[in-house]
This record gives sequence, C-alpha cells and structure tokens, in this order.
Amino acid sequence: MSASPAQPVRPDSEQPMSASPAQPVRPDSEQPMSASPDIRPLWTVRRSGTRGAATGLLLFGLALFAVPYLFQANVVQQLTTLFIFVILAVMWNALAGYGGLVSVGQQAFIGFGAYATIFLAQHGVSPYLAVVLAALASAVLAVVVAPLLLRLRGGQFAVGSWVVAETLALLVALDEDLGGGTGVSLRGLNVYAPNMRRAYTYWITLAFVLVLLGLVFFMLRHRVGAALQAIRDDEEAAASLGVRTAPLKFGLFVLAGFGCGAAGALTLANTLFIQPQSIFGIQWTAYLLFMVLVGGLGTFEGPILGAILFFLLQNQFAQQGAWYLIGLGVVAGGFALFLPRGLWSLLTDRFHLRILPFGYDLYRPAPVIKES
Amino acid sequence: MTWINAVVQGLLLGGLYALFACGLSLLFGVMRIINLAHGDLAVLGAFLVWTISTSAHVSPFWALLLALPVMLAVGYLLQRTVLSRSLRGGPLTPLLTTFGLGIVIQNALLQVYSPDVRSLGGAAGVLSTGSWRLSAQLSISYIGVLTLATAVVVLGGLQLTLQRTSFGREMRATAQDPDTAALVGVPASAVYARATAIAVGIATIAGTFLAIHSTFDAASGPLQLLFAFEAVVIGGLGSLWGTLTGGIVLGIAQTIGATFDPQYSILAGHLVFLAILASPRGRSILTRSSR
Repeated sequence: MSASPAQPVRPDSEQPMSASPAQPVRPDSEQPMSASPDIRPLWTVRRSGTRGAATGLLLFGLALFAVPYLFQANVVQQLTTLFIFVILAVMWNALAGYGGLVSVGQQAFIGFGAYATIFLAQHGVSPYLAVVLAALASAVLAVVVAPLLLRLRGGQFAVGSWVVAETLALLVALDEDLGGGTGVSLRGLNVYAPNMRRAYTYWITLAFVLVLLGLVFFMLRHRVGAALQAIRDDEEAAASLGVRTAPLKFGLFVLAGFGCGAAGALTLANTLFIQPQSIFGIQWTAYLLFMVLVGGLGTFEGPILGAILFFLLQNQFAQQGAWYLIGLGVVAGGFALFLPRGLWSLLTDRFHLRILPFGYDLYRPAPVIKES
Repeated sequence: MTWINAVVQGLLLGGLYALFACGLSLLFGVMRIINLAHGDLAVLGAFLVWTISTSAHVSPFWALLLALPVMLAVGYLLQRTVLSRSLRGGPLTPLLTTFGLGIVIQNALLQVYSPDVRSLGGAAGVLSTGSWRLSAQLSISYIGVLTLATAVVVLGGLQLTLQRTSFGREMRATAQDPDTAALVGVPASAVYARATAIAVGIATIAGTFLAIHSTFDAASGPLQLLFAFEAVVIGGLGSLWGTLTGGIVLGIAQTIGATFDPQYSILAGHLVFLAILASPRGRSILTRSSR
C-alpha cells in the first residue's frame, strides 16, 4: 500500500504527483536527457480536474446559505428536501460505491435518527440540538450493529441490514411514548415562527450537506480514498496488496449511519410528523438505489446529480403512486445492467469532463520537436 | 400447556418458512446470489394461484398445479434475461437488479389487484379449517401438517436431485467452478436457468401455502424474504436440512413470542436471528460462504 519515497513514480501509483502537471514523468530523473533522448515517455500523469472547481463549488455551497433571505418559504422547504436526498445519496454511495456494501436497510438509521430526535425533544433538549445529537446517536447505533452485519457479505449483508431496520421499526411501534404505530409529531419547533423554522431547518440541513460532502471529498483525496477505490474495484486484490479492508468498511458504515441518521432527523424537522411504517419503510432504499444508480455509482458527483434528478421526478410523478415506483424500479435496474456507472460516467467518459480533483488522468503531451 | 401448543404450532409454521427458504438457499448455493425479489416472486405465484382458483372455482391445490409450469417458465426467463446479465456485472449487480425487480413486482401487483388482503383459506375448504383436537388447548391443523410434509418432500426431493441425478451433479459442479464445468460440457447459463426455474417454482408452492395458512397482499413479499433469509442463516448456509431446522427454530421463536403478545411474534424471530448472528456460530457463516 505505502510506496517508499525513493521509489520511482509510476503512472498507476496512488501517491500524489509532486511533479508539475506539464512536466513529463521520467522513470529515472537523474539520467540526463541528452544521453538517451528516447526515454521521454508518451504519457504523463496529472491530477484530474482543478482545484479551482472545488473552490468554486464550495463558494456556491456557502452562497446557498443566503437562499432563505431571497426566496419564499416554499422554495426553502423544497430545497431542504433536495438536500436531504443529497445527503442520503452520498452516504449510500459511500457504502455501496466505495465499500461494496449494498445496504437495503439504511432506513434503520433514517428512522432511528428521527425517533432519537423525538425522544431527546421529549426530554427537554432543544429540537435543533436534538437533531445533531440524534445523528451522533445513529453513528453509535452503527458502531453497535457493525460487528454483526459486517460478518455478512454481499447479499447476506443486504438482507441482514434490512432485518435490523424491521426490528427497529417493530420496537419503536411498541413504545407508546414514541407514538406507537400511529406516528408522532415534533412539538418543540412550534416556538419558532413558521418562516424562521423553515430557514433554520434549511441552514442546518445545508450545513450537514457541506460537512458530509467535505468529509467524503477529503476522504477520497486522502490515501483512504485510494484504498476505498481499490476495494470498490476488487476487494480481494486490494486486500492482497495490504489494504486493511475491515476497518475501512467499518468506518464507512459508521459514517453512513451518521449521515442517514442526520437525514432522518432533518426529515422530521422538515415535515414535523413521522410514522414508523414510512420512516422505516423500504421505499427509502428504492429511492437511494434510483438516485445513486442513475447518477453514478462509485463517483463523487454522480449521487448529487442523481438526487437532483430524483427530486425533480418526485415533484412531477409522486402522485402516480404504484406506477411511479414501478418506473423507479425499472429505471434503476436498467441502469444497473446497462450503464452501471450512471449518467455521470457518460459525462466523464464521453466528454472527458472532470470537474473535481479526484484521481489522476493519463495525459499525452504534445510531441516536442527538438532543435538539433 | 400453552407452551407445548406454541412449540407445536411453531414446528408446523417452520415448515412454511423452510419452503420459503428452500428456493433462496438453492439460488445462493448454485449462483452465489441472494435474490432480493424472492418473496415478491412467491407472492406473485400466490396471486396467480388465487386468480386461477377464483376464476375457475377450483381448489387452490389444482390451481397450484396449473400455475407451477407458468412460474417455472417465469423463473427460466428471469435468469435468461435479467439475472444472466446481472451476473456479468459483478457480485453486487444481481442485488441491485433483484431489488429493483422486487419493487416492480410489488407495485405491479398493487396496481392490478389493489391493496386488499386476500386468503386462499376459504377456497381450500376443510383442509385449511380442520384440525385434530388433541386436548382443550392443543390442536394440530391439517394445513400445518400438510405444509410441513410438503417442506420435507420438497427438501428431500431437492437433496436427492442434487446427489443422485446427472442434473444435480451439473448443479454441484457449476456451483463449485462454473468455468471448469463449462470446459467439460456443462454450460453454466443452462444450469443457472433451470436452477432459477426450480427456485421460483418452490417459491410459488411456498406462496400458495402462505395464502392458505393465513392472508397475503401485494406487499407481503419482503417480510417473507426476511423470514426465508433468517431461516437459511439460522440453519447454516448451504445445508438443505439445516434450512428445515432454521425454519422450525424461527417458527417456534415466533409462536412463543406471540404467546406473550401477538405484537412480539415477528420481533421475536428477528431477535433470535440477530442473537444467532452475534453468537460464535454467526462468525462461521462468513467463512463458510466465502469459499
């Protein structure tokens, strides 16, 4: 895994290039060029994307904080919903796209986050603080169930996570203080005026989006990111090269637990009412699958694109009920079969469009005409 | 006495779960995939049987005989179209596509048959209502015994097929090494297609017995998938008789849970599953399946 500094830089190395982008990589830089002029390789490696794009995106994200001052409450609430989808899609993609952990039970954490918020609010914690604490509690839940579920692989992990979600839903429905099976509403937010409440919920959701996206972004640029992408491509090969897969998967699972818990708590803050059957419902996984598969499994930008597409479709077709879900299932399955890296891969493969600086591109410099 | 009754009823219920688990276990054993649409395919079969039974006014068992060839064909085509392509996409793709398929089946059934809860119990007549009354609290229903017997016959038949017939040898060879099996003239795709057909066929039998036993609706599939999976894991992966044991353990856990409160029934099953996963036995699941 760790390349020693003295080793020559290889095009497939995951270590960041210290050479400036335009400079070609030579197998042995100490050798003078004049001695063997043919040693100049045809290809060179450089960071894909630009730092400028990342900075621009961050500035755009920060600018979004101004939305409640400029737009109506309705827009603010809609955008909050979109951001919750973004959080969920990015978290599920981190699990499935990078860790190879296809979970069909992330609704366990969504529901747990929401009900933990209710529980904390009932015990006198201010609701927005409760949202943050509930997300942390979901991470703790993930720490607790991870040793169990990570024993399972592939499809077993998928169904196992589903069992955990169903178990939590049944336990919550038994507790009358949490509203039992009929549902419960978050009362503590009534102290705020409706417009202020929407704005606060929006801001805290946006903050979660930026923190979680930033976390995944830096994780992917870090060595961990290279290891995760290696696991994504071939877990056994990665393990044989010394990537410690178990702690990485554990970390991803806890991160996803935190993010999905936050999304559940924020859903509650956005809608103010939840029922165990819907907040722990399997439809969440259908949505997640659609967003991530259509956007692009195993890419950073894909899930965000998928969440935006899903948000637009949801507004348009959600009234269609069963037909809408049939459409989601067909499209998600179709993408899994025919375009497994999603729409984003079309952009990157066909048009060589890379915005954010992840990974490396092979780059062929223009042939240098030597003056004799 | 209620305890003995709970254990006996759980034993009979275990037959139903073993039937559900059987097809799931077969596909996992042969193709190394978990079919997330398994429960929904079983419910689809149950709806087909219900349609035949109510439109032709025949007993569900005759309707099942008519529905079976259709569902075998559905399974065969499912492998030839969706699953074979999924298998080429890597180990995770079948999960994604079968989950999507499950969503499609569920909502298509919802659209066609409405969300009404149905049962085949009435159409099955005395078989579904009758029982041997052993004492005031203990009675053994005909349908429970029939389900358990069917489970034993299906599991035994599958075991014999795997051990004694040439098709069984082909399935075992393909499960161990599809490439080498193909070299000696056993194309994996043909074996997979027949195995899927059998799995969907058994799922249809399971769905029909569920429908006679109790009630079903368009959204019943996922829970049956979970029960099937729990039975497979409790019994130990890759062992057909273990599947029967797993189904019975799950059934008894549920009926004992239900003696405290009907609300605890399903929960008790889930908790037993999680406890077994947490136990040292759970550790061996991973090692055995990663072969």
